Amino acid sequence: MLGTEAAVPAPIKERKKPLWLRMWKERWLYIFMLPGLAFFVIYKYVPMWGIIMAFQKYQPHAGLFGSEWVGLRHFERFFSEPEFWRLLRNTLYIAVLDLTIFFPLTIVLALMLNELRIELFKRTLQTLVYIPHFLSWVVVVGISYILLTTEGGIINELLVMFGGEKVQFLMSEGWFRPLIILQMIWKDAGWGTIIFLAALAGVNPSLYEAARIDGANRWRLLWHITLPGIRSVIVILLILRLGSFIDLGFEQIFLMVNALNREVGEVFDTYVYYVGMQQGQFSYSAAVGLFKSVVGLVLVITANWLAKKLGEEGVY
Amino acid sequence: MTKSTGLGSKIFDGVNITLLVLFSLMSFLPFLYVVVSSFSTSSSVMPSGFSVEAYRYIFSASTFTKSLQVSIFITVVGTAFQLVMTSLMAYSLSHRQLPGRNAVLLMVLFTMLFSGGMIPTYFVVKATGLLDSLAALIIPSAISAFNLIILKNFFQSIPEELKESAKIDGSHELGILFRIVLPLSLPAMATFALFYAVGIWNQYFNAILYLNDAAKYPVQVILRQVIILTSGSIGDTTEIENMTYYGNSIKMAVIVIATVPIMIVYPFLQKHFAKGVMLGSVKG
Repeated sequence: MLGTEAAVPAPIKERKKPLWLRMWKERWLYIFMLPGLAFFVIYKYVPMWGIIMAFQKYQPHAGLFGSEWVGLRHFERFFSEPEFWRLLRNTLYIAVLDLTIFFPLTIVLALMLNELRIELFKRTLQTLVYIPHFLSWVVVVGISYILLTTEGGIINELLVMFGGEKVQFLMSEGWFRPLIILQMIWKDAGWGTIIFLAALAGVNPSLYEAARIDGANRWRLLWHITLPGIRSVIVILLILRLGSFIDLGFEQIFLMVNALNREVGEVFDTYVYYVGMQQGQFSYSAAVGLFKSVVGLVLVITANWLAKKLGEEGVY
Repeated sequence: MTKSTGLGSKIFDGVNITLLVLFSLMSFLPFLYVVVSSFSTSSSVMPSGFSVEAYRYIFSASTFTKSLQVSIFITVVGTAFQLVMTSLMAYSLSHRQLPGRNAVLLMVLFTMLFSGGMIPTYFVVKATGLLDSLAALIIPSAISAFNLIILKNFFQSIPEELKESAKIDGSHELGILFRIVLPLSLPAMATFALFYAVGIWNQYFNAILYLNDAAKYPVQVILRQVIILTSGSIGDTTEIENMTYYGNSIKMAVIVIATVPIMIVYPFLQKHFAKGVMLGSVKG
């Protein structure tokens, strides 16, 4: 019976090759990775390490090693300034408008586009609503200025023509937030539908068939099949949006803020720029920036944890 | 999608289509107004007449033509640079067996959640000698972590057999990347090229943060000066005194010129991202 003995293969001991050998084999891949890795280290991780300047009295000529340590002094100063509450209020206000108006609107818009039956018509509308996303904030704010200015802007001319009075849209506190959210919607609501539309295309058609046989109308289909079908995508995008919760629309706000609406328009990022870059208070503004980043991080982690608790997938 | 023809369904369609058409019109009417007004000879808000005087004026202003050259230069060079950086790293990370891959991925993902912020980043840009150079508008944003992850996932979805067969034929990793992987990824690459190009062309804040020399300003900075800070003058010509009534047309013309390059590439690339390159990419 020696023959059968030989036919049974000995258990193959699949020993992994030593690490250095596997790495050597892939040396080209490491070389490909190197430029990108260097980029992330230098321009993303070195600045994170540079955050320690928030705990120093940073002098550019002395550098991070030579500057004096001051502990939490900058944070104590920031939290005790009236500025802090103003910035927090303004930032939260705009962020909440974003989450309660802009975000749901993108979902509604996607659902509406999804209900169109003529493919060509749908594609044409999609092409049109994506366009503003590719315009710069300077252009969007510029167009707003041209349309809304009191000196020959078409909106104010029309208001006067119909017997109204001119409105200082660009120079008033009351109009600042509505304008910000309107610009966001105009620029990005159409673009925001892209991922939802892709998800909607993946909803199983047989579910609709079955529900229709049960006599469901279109509202019911929408409510019981379409929406649940994209729920996990909604949750993921919501978490991602929370991640940028407090550095939303910096360029936009920076361009829209002026002396007359600063009270409601100034947010953490614009404050960091004015205090840090224009007044040269580097350490203090880095501390403000760090506070903002930490709040952002905590928000994402909390939202992700919450999503998992509620039985969704989460982002990570 | 439903084929029921009840009254409720018809009303549903009617309302839906009306609202969507209104929204789409709103999406491009303001821009159309700007384009039409840029050719207007009238100083009133309703455009009338036709003249290219505003364009002749802005192209005679060297501040503007110079900034246009800067923008075109950084967009072309920057897009190529960012695409190469992103695809090399994405290709490398698309190999699941690569030791250390997960650590690098984690490192990339973390930058999406947390950043050093404006001030520390400014000092790094300064320390690496990029301040006041056009490279400051390209290199510090060389790779978008989000694009990198999507492209990595895309490379992973290319069948392993294709790469293996090239390897057996004696192809080098570089050969596999250029002869197999990249040609198969053209739609995705086109999409990322568009995203990067639009990102560079449209950037404004980095320019005022990192550049002091006004001669290096890209077109967005000049655009802002023309529209928001002043009323229609570009600053280096005295002609403007006699042309106040073109003031508005000049602003409009500057907006048009600053947007035209995007409008030209958009239709060519639109079909690619509409295909749903983004699907399945939301998760890392």
